[in-house]
Amino acid sequence: MVPLSYYLVLSGFLFACGVAGFLIKRNIITIFMSIELMLNGVNLSFVAFAAHWHSLAGQVFVFFVMVVAAAEAAVGLAIIIAVYRTRETLNVDQVNLLKL
Amino acid sequence: MTSNLNLWLIPVLPLAGAAINGFLGKKSSRTAVSTIGLFFSGAAFAWALSVVFRVSSDALPYQEYLAHWIRSGSFSADFALYLDQLSLVMLLVVTGVGFLIHIYSVGYMWDDPSYYRFFTYLNLFMFFMLTLILANNYLVMFIGWEGVGLASYLLIGFWFTKDSAASAGKKAFIVNRIGDFGFLIGLFLIIQHFGSLDFTKVFAQVHPMAAENGGAGLLTAIGILLMVGACGKSAQIPLYVWLPDAMEGPTPVSALIHAATMVTAGVYMVSRSHMIFERAPMALTVVAVIGTLTALFAATIGITQTDIKKVLAYSTVSQLGYMFMACGVGAFSAGIFHLMTHAFFKGLLFLAAGSVIHAVGGEQDMRKMGGLRSYIPVTFGTMFIATLAIAGIPPFAGFWSKDEILWQAYQVSKVYWAIGIITAFITSFYMFRLLYMTFFGDYHGVQVDSHGHGSHGHDGHGEPHESPMVMLVPLMILAVLSIFGGFVGWGNRFEHFLGPVFGGGEVAAEAASSITEKVLMGVSVLVAASGWLLAYVLYCARPELPQKIADGLNGFYTAVLNKYYVDELYAKLFVKPLIDGSTTILWQGVDRKVIDDTVNNAADGARHVSDEVRHMQSGNLRSYAGWIAAGSAVVIAYMIWMGVR
Repeated sequence: MVPLSYYLVLSGFLFACGVAGFLIKRNIITIFMSIELMLNGVNLSFVAFAAHWHSLAGQVFVFFVMVVAAAEAAVGLAIIIAVYRTRETLNVDQVNLLKL
Repeated sequence: MTSNLNLWLIPVLPLAGAAINGFLGKKSSRTAVSTIGLFFSGAAFAWALSVVFRVSSDALPYQEYLAHWIRSGSFSADFALYLDQLSLVMLLVVTGVGFLIHIYSVGYMWDDPSYYRFFTYLNLFMFFMLTLILANNYLVMFIGWEGVGLASYLLIGFWFTKDSAASAGKKAFIVNRIGDFGFLIGLFLIIQHFGSLDFTKVFAQVHPMAAENGGAGLLTAIGILLMVGACGKSAQIPLYVWLPDAMEGPTPVSALIHAATMVTAGVYMVSRSHMIFERAPMALTVVAVIGTLTALFAATIGITQTDIKKVLAYSTVSQLGYMFMACGVGAFSAGIFHLMTHAFFKGLLFLAAGSVIHAVGGEQDMRKMGGLRSYIPVTFGTMFIATLAIAGIPPFAGFWSKDEILWQAYQVSKVYWAIGIITAFITSFYMFRLLYMTFFGDYHGVQVDSHGHGSHGHDGHGEPHESPMVMLVPLMILAVLSIFGGFVGWGNRFEHFLGPVFGGGEVAAEAASSITEKVLMGVSVLVAASGWLLAYVLYCARPELPQKIADGLNGFYTAVLNKYYVDELYAKLFVKPLIDGSTTILWQGVDRKVIDDTVNNAADGARHVSDEVRHMQSGNLRSYAGWIAAGSAVVIAYMIWMGVR
């Protein structure tokens, strides 16, 4: 039996990787993937806790997160395509018209 | 019980006239405007007359309740009207003289571009004045009181494009405000102690109170405060300064508001409150002293004035002083009697002066008149009658009322009488001076000025000419009243008439010493005649003398000519400190430094902060992400810290 803390450390690591990738990378696709990474980190902690406490609530919650993530991916990718068509770049530093 | 008199119609009729002329007059013809103005003021007069005929004296005082106004706890004030012998006299004087002056104005103001505005204001004035007179409590009276002040302001500043007229209007309003302040405090005291402002309720409570002989008490305080109000409205020392300046208004206004009616409101108010004053000897003394001093003071200024209307203005102040002297010695009915006769002859004097001014094309300086007797005989005749009346020559109206006042004053204190008789002499002198300067001698008018031009005047006015009939008829009617108006006082009938209002006490004491009265009467006639004689000598027989006398009295003459520098004194004492204080402290200090700066600095601060903070909105996606991450980190750190604790 793998102890709970292993899962949580891995989950925290995944989430930290996601945050770091989100902050550091300029490519909008990579940033998008970083968000997915964070979501999966959180999902991992949910299922870990669910297994640990023998409660289904955590697993149900994960399904919700996955559904939302799928919807978000659809919308997000659509936005990325639209941005690319108008700006012809994927670098978020150049997508900065929305400012004072 | 008399049937319903519908008193409310009397003030409301002129209000309707004012409303119609005010809203529709601009587009109407002059004829329509004057018809409406005359109809509604005439209707008020007619209704007042019908009230006189319908009411029986035992039904007075008659009260008419119109509507609730204020109901607050135990205090209440209603729109209600009150009619007794006193308000009846005032009612007839105001509507009657007012109507005559309306008629006169049709002729006098015909060429004025704002003809309709004049009649609107005039009718509005009538409304407020009648409200003042018919009020059954001090609060409704106060509405009228303030309203006539407003109408007076509007009419003094009628030619508001002229700077002097505009500032004269403001001066009148502000000086009156000082008096109103005293009046209001007096009313507050009455509410505080009697819990009501109704005349009947207040006086019923005052009635059993003993006279405050020992010292000053509540009634004395109320009396003096009411007198402060009366000083403002009725132009007594120290608040008389606005009235001479008020002559900037059109002459019918001077006649109606600043001679016959509004300025007597103070006398009316004091007489109305006689119950309070009778129980406050000190307040009565204040009234008498102020009245006596004003009478003498204003009369002396009247001697030196050369503007025909200014002479009459100071004369009005002086005559109002007589009325207050009468009230001050407890002879309220004599005061009201003089108020009535004064309304006749002073109204007439002003209207005649207006006719003179009209005749010589707007000139008001008497030194540029002279010899007008033959040009404008009707005006001369009526003005001569009015002069005889004001000077106190029997049997004209002024003689009876003035003599009554002097006689009553004599019984209280010989000092009042002495000053009164000196004033009577001066009055007679300056009035005949006015008459001689204006109507006798040679015409010094436009011909002299435009010497060598061949024709009269640059304004194309031509010879002095008589006024149209519409102006002369009111003059004649008022002249008749000035001759015969005094006879209502014959055998104390006027006093008996007002007896139910003021109590009959003074009438009984009358008959006792009638020999003294006859002697005093003789003295006043003698004094009036000698004033006439002196004026004749100085201004008709030997016109070079006045200049010599003036030179002889060098310093004093200049002081009187400049109205004792009272205006200058007030300017130094009150106006300038107020303006300076307002400018440096209130405007530059409080308004600009505190209020403006608070607002401006708050706005500036917000702008500076926003200028800095807006850089957060860089448009850079990753910096937003950074802020979110940092924010979440802070929240998580906080929660961990809370959890640990």
